[in-house]
Amino acid sequence: MCLAVPMEVKHIEGDVADVEIGGVRKQIRLDLIGDKPQVGEFVIIHAGFAIRILNREEAMETIKIFQDGWNLELI
Amino acid sequence: MNSSEALRDPELCRGVLGRIEEAMHGQSLRFMEVCGTHTVALFRSGVHSLLPKSVVHLTGPGCPVCVTHESEVAAYLELAERSDVIIATFGDLMRVPGPGGASLKKAQAEGARVEVVYSPIDALEVAGKHPGDKVVFLGIGFETTAPTVAATVRVARDRGLANFFVMPFHKLVPPAIDALLSDPAMCIEGFMLPGHVSAIIGLEPYRPLAEKYGIPSVVAGFEPLDLLQAILLMAEMKRQGKPRVVNNYKRVVADEGNPKARAVLYEVYQPGDALWRGIGTIPGSGLVFSEAYKAFDAFEALNVTLKESKPLPGCRCGEVLKGIMPPSECPLFAKACTPATPVGPCMVSTEGSCAAYHKYQLDLSPGH
Amino acid sequence: MGKKLLLDQGSGGLASHRLVADVFFRHLGNTILARMDDAALIRPKGPLAVSTDSFTVDPIFFPGGDIGSLSVHGTVNDVAMLGARPLYLTCGFILEEGFDLDDLERIVASMAMAAKKAGVKVIAGDTKVVPRGAADKIFINTTGIGEVVVSPAPSGHRARPGDVVIVSGSIGDHGLTVLSQRQGLSFEAPVHSDCASLNHLTLKLVKGLPAVHVLRDPTRGGLATTVNEIALQSGVGVTLEETTILVKPVVAAGCEILGLDPLYLANEGKIICILPEKHAAKALTIMRRDPLGREARVIGRVTAENPGKVVMRTGLGGHRLMGMLEGEQLPRIC
Repeated sequence: MCLAVPMEVKHIEGDVADVEIGGVRKQIRLDLIGDKPQVGEFVIIHAGFAIRILNREEAMETIKIFQDGWNLELI
Repeated sequence: MNSSEALRDPELCRGVLGRIEEAMHGQSLRFMEVCGTHTVALFRSGVHSLLPKSVVHLTGPGCPVCVTHESEVAAYLELAERSDVIIATFGDLMRVPGPGGASLKKAQAEGARVEVVYSPIDALEVAGKHPGDKVVFLGIGFETTAPTVAATVRVARDRGLANFFVMPFHKLVPPAIDALLSDPAMCIEGFMLPGHVSAIIGLEPYRPLAEKYGIPSVVAGFEPLDLLQAILLMAEMKRQGKPRVVNNYKRVVADEGNPKARAVLYEVYQPGDALWRGIGTIPGSGLVFSEAYKAFDAFEALNVTLKESKPLPGCRCGEVLKGIMPPSECPLFAKACTPATPVGPCMVSTEGSCAAYHKYQLDLSPGH
Repeated sequence: MGKKLLLDQGSGGLASHRLVADVFFRHLGNTILARMDDAALIRPKGPLAVSTDSFTVDPIFFPGGDIGSLSVHGTVNDVAMLGARPLYLTCGFILEEGFDLDDLERIVASMAMAAKKAGVKVIAGDTKVVPRGAADKIFINTTGIGEVVVSPAPSGHRARPGDVVIVSGSIGDHGLTVLSQRQGLSFEAPVHSDCASLNHLTLKLVKGLPAVHVLRDPTRGGLATTVNEIALQSGVGVTLEETTILVKPVVAAGCEILGLDPLYLANEGKIICILPEKHAAKALTIMRRDPLGREARVIGRVTAENPGKVVMRTGLGGHRLMGMLEGEQLPRIC
């Protein structure tokens, strides 16, 4: 129910960041994330706001888990 | 191969599909995806067409547009008629039908001022450009979108905007899932949990799914590999009899969610009752303005109320939304209710269960 | 600030004549127009292809074109899709009182350049000025006339099972460019419209391959809609291969952000060519030699199964139905 797109942080000024993906640039707001991202990090954008800094290690982890064999993570 | 390629890699996906087929030996799995974007992803990627027959996927109430109640549509259409009001909205709402088939699109054709925006922040620009008019933003969406609207309201307050208002139609997912599970007609054996809602609320609210109801539940992403992995996890949990809530979207979802977004959300809003189309009132499943931000409440400031409305005749959206009935079994589906002439929002929203079914389902000839 | 258009300039009197001479004739003028008769006299040698279209695009200026160039290319292309050689255009303007005259001149100059590139002459025209609010700045209607060069002409009815579907390049460029310029969609994308006259390319195709069954440009509604229309007209099914369809990365990214599907976005400089499989290699050679067809590729085939339906085989090897949209695509967050 929520289209959200990862975009790369190019520049930050206060609560506003310039982000880019595939050549598309956008200005988005950072009001909803606790830690400020670094330039070069990817943030997940929904409706013009960053909702999370993308965790790239986790991205590869998920794939590796399923390539090698896998275990269930419990809460 | 980088991660985004890997998530769409046909070979990796086929591998997981093979393991789903193994896991499904001698059992079946009825799972519900709660999120409309998952519905679309399952169809668009072709995953739906590749799943074994023993895996049945039911579409649930995960579409904020789908569940916008007729009374809510009537309320914003009433405001749209006022000459000093500009409605700012996400595109999703434009064709949602209200009483008598009215919609924002039709209202616009008749002269109502409606601006489609990508972000609620863009609505503030509209308010800035039209100081003599009242700009009313239609606040739909679940816990992913609601914080963006809340943050926007805070910015509006900081900028001292006096002509910006919000109609809060947000809905909360966990109370809705709980309400659905209390219906004994439901037969759900697995939940594909919404990826981006979970990025905000974390895993904690889903505990009862596994602990109280014993239903394997997986927070899933939207790429083909994400979807298939989630289905495999549900199948395995069912086979082993070990229902858990699993986070399989860790690159976006932290187990604890996003505390900052929740803090912003509950500074501006507080939980309240909400009307869900096809279901009725679910207590505590909506958001209303907190005292400190009441000035931005369009209902109060512009003197409009939710009026009781009769459900659309023949519409079985409620049962489709609860996953009790597939779209194809609704007597109106593809006959009286089509994307051109939708009766209920399930057919209007691009990700509504019935619209997705209508668009993507293909009855191929025998042998496929 | 530039001078603004007055109602007088559409009234037929002296002000109108000055406008026509100073702006329209100056850029679009030719021997036929210069006669200033009520109608143009032409002497066609054989069957004619005629098409008309009205252009209301907003914004009127966009990267890669404007409403003027679009109005020329759009109609030239419609005539070209019949395998005809476009020769003449008419153009009718409906202008809003208060419209900026510099903008008008810019648009007409752009039309003149587009007409020159396409090799067509504007032989008749009309201008009306309506009161402020009665039109949105400028509307243009163009009618194109061309001579038929091949018989039978390519037609949407002629697709047959066993044919292949070729598209001349990337999909969605124009649609995303226009949408990205509109207010409320606040991003800059280095994308531009593919707006261009395709008649030189289509002529090469039909002369080199008279066996071409269908030529169509996937404008409003995009590739998906156009292929559906052909499938319905011909009573055949079409299967497309998702991995072969070219979408520029910037267009794909813009679409993801706005929740749009590039397959349903307009293209103003692309051709769909459907012809028997045995001619595919030759068609690709002809197209790729032309600057407007460098990225031509086969994207699918025509089938006897599922008549009237278009099926997309996904990257995963699954499938889904690609239908027609109800109305225009709108950006969405859900």
